[in-house]
Amino acid sequence: MEPKTPLGHLLRDYWPMLSMCAVLLIIVAVIQIPGDRIVNQSLTEALIRMVVVVGLFLFIGNSGIISFGHIGFMMIGAYATAWQTMDPIQKDIFIPGLPEYLLTHSHHWVVATILGGVLAAIVAFISGLALMRLSGIAASIGTFALFMSFYSLYLQWSTWTAGQSSLVGIPVTTTPWVAFCFAIVAIVAAFLYARSRFGLALRSSREDEVAAKAAGVSVTSQRLIAFTISAFIVGMAGGLYGHFLGLLTVDTFYLPMTFITLAMLVVGGMQSLSGAVVGVVVMSFLIEFLRRWEAGFELAGMTWDLPASSAEVGIGIAMLLILIFRPKGLTKNNEIYWPWKPKSAATNITERQS
Amino acid sequence: MAFTLQVIIDALSLGSFYAVAALGIGLLFGVLKLINFAHGDFITIGAYALIVPSAAAQATLYIGDFHPLMLIPSIIGIVVVIALISEFTVFRPLRNASPATLMIGSFALGFILQNLVIMIYGGRPKAVGLWSDLNLGIQLAEGVQVPQLQLIIIGTTLALMLLLVLFLTRTKYGIYMRAAAEDFRMARMLGIKANRVIMLAVAISGMLAAAVSMLFVTQTGILDFRMGIPLMLFAFIATVIGGMGSLVGAVVGGFAVGAVSILLQTFLPSELRVFRDVFVFAIVIVILLARPQGLLVSRAAKERV
Repeated sequence: MEPKTPLGHLLRDYWPMLSMCAVLLIIVAVIQIPGDRIVNQSLTEALIRMVVVVGLFLFIGNSGIISFGHIGFMMIGAYATAWQTMDPIQKDIFIPGLPEYLLTHSHHWVVATILGGVLAAIVAFISGLALMRLSGIAASIGTFALFMSFYSLYLQWSTWTAGQSSLVGIPVTTTPWVAFCFAIVAIVAAFLYARSRFGLALRSSREDEVAAKAAGVSVTSQRLIAFTISAFIVGMAGGLYGHFLGLLTVDTFYLPMTFITLAMLVVGGMQSLSGAVVGVVVMSFLIEFLRRWEAGFELAGMTWDLPASSAEVGIGIAMLLILIFRPKGLTKNNEIYWPWKPKSAATNITERQS
Repeated sequence: MAFTLQVIIDALSLGSFYAVAALGIGLLFGVLKLINFAHGDFITIGAYALIVPSAAAQATLYIGDFHPLMLIPSIIGIVVVIALISEFTVFRPLRNASPATLMIGSFALGFILQNLVIMIYGGRPKAVGLWSDLNLGIQLAEGVQVPQLQLIIIGTTLALMLLLVLFLTRTKYGIYMRAAAEDFRMARMLGIKANRVIMLAVAISGMLAAAVSMLFVTQTGILDFRMGIPLMLFAFIATVIGGMGSLVGAVVGGFAVGAVSILLQTFLPSELRVFRDVFVFAIVIVILLARPQGLLVSRAAKERV
């Protein structure tokens, strides 16, 4: 069925984005109804991961470069947000090295989260100026080195980050619906970016770097744009995460977080937005299921439980199975397209003739 | 003079760890184009294999109590078996995947191994005394006192490298392996059994990991499920700096990283010393930018268009 009205065309063109938002809305609403506190926490965490993974997709999916560094931007965003919203008394105790303005002033958490994202984006822009000149594995290794240097920096920079102890006294403001709104914003941003001139240019460089260059695409600057936008999104997710946990440690943003978010993207399908979203939904259910099982449940008069850290092993195995048997991910890198296919040209002709 | 000698020995012994670990990573990159993130976890497993599997806080040595002549082959055997299992279950099914996919695959493998270690041994660090009397110092010269172990580490590394060089240049399989690293497809066409060469490379890589784990546990006396990660990271950096795919490059890179770390440690002003790793990683990025192919470029590293 081909849409006839302009509105219909609009609906078809934006179908992947609209359908994903709608499905997500339904999932969140249904899970929300019982109002269980623990379920809501898992839901919020999953939605924050959704923001991270969609941010990751914006760069990895469009550029084809696997970045191990984005969790560093998440950390930068998280700490920058905490600097603005923490209780001033706590700031004096834990992070006395902050500049005078930050020590005495607080921002509303929404402003703080956005500014946190901005700081992450600025850092990404500056480091990207250098790193985005690299391609392929060298670029991945570069992002990894970048991640490790941020991690060691924040771990040791105790007057600003409380170093190896934790920052407490961050107001808890991230509810499932707040995280949902940010997830929607991220999905819309990633979708619009992928449709834009910039997204197309970057994807052409993913398919064939040399050909893209020959066609006049400035690969470095296109990568830099995507890197900056995705760092902004991931940085905001960091802010949300801090306001979800109520405390921050540098260790939160280390390899396990990198691994889980990357696994979600790989399982869903690295090169489609639908893949990113599907990956997060599927993996979140899997993780939750395994976590419950680790805690143990009663069946037929016996307690069944898995040993600790089974969930992590499960995630790893799921990722390996996908890599081996379905390397393009659950969605096979397709988007969720308009489900009513137009009739093919051939059937049109036969219809006209008859 | 005494001070200089001390710094040189420190740099050499730290560099030895990185060089041996980097050889393990570089060897696999050569034949498989695989950046093996799981190498650090091979090292961790080698170390944990010394003790009785239990979640107890105080480790009881089991294999660790054997006579060294039994101990060393057992640990090497265990790590090699784990490495071969990884090859069969993960690397072989991914043989035709892109290097990026392989990299993610090994990342997943490392994550699984690490969590299996937590599952079996618990997440808390454990103290373990393996050959602890080797940490006693000996007098080298006027005012130069170094732990015996540092000299053993340097000696072992040199011996391992010598053996590896002899293997690669003097034996049939060594020559196969070099051929495969140079141009894998060509080597196969000339009748080299690809899977056999790869299995051998994986096994040698496991052996090198086991050597690192024994030396490292003797030096630190601590078991931690994350102990392999920093070693893997620095070794990984060493291979990058040296030039991916070049074994000489891996060794040079390993010693370079060790030397830079020790020099920064020694000469940075004390308030900046804690940021040593930040500087090391920043240097890596600079080197990557200046020479994306590494300091010593291997011919196999060039991508064809």
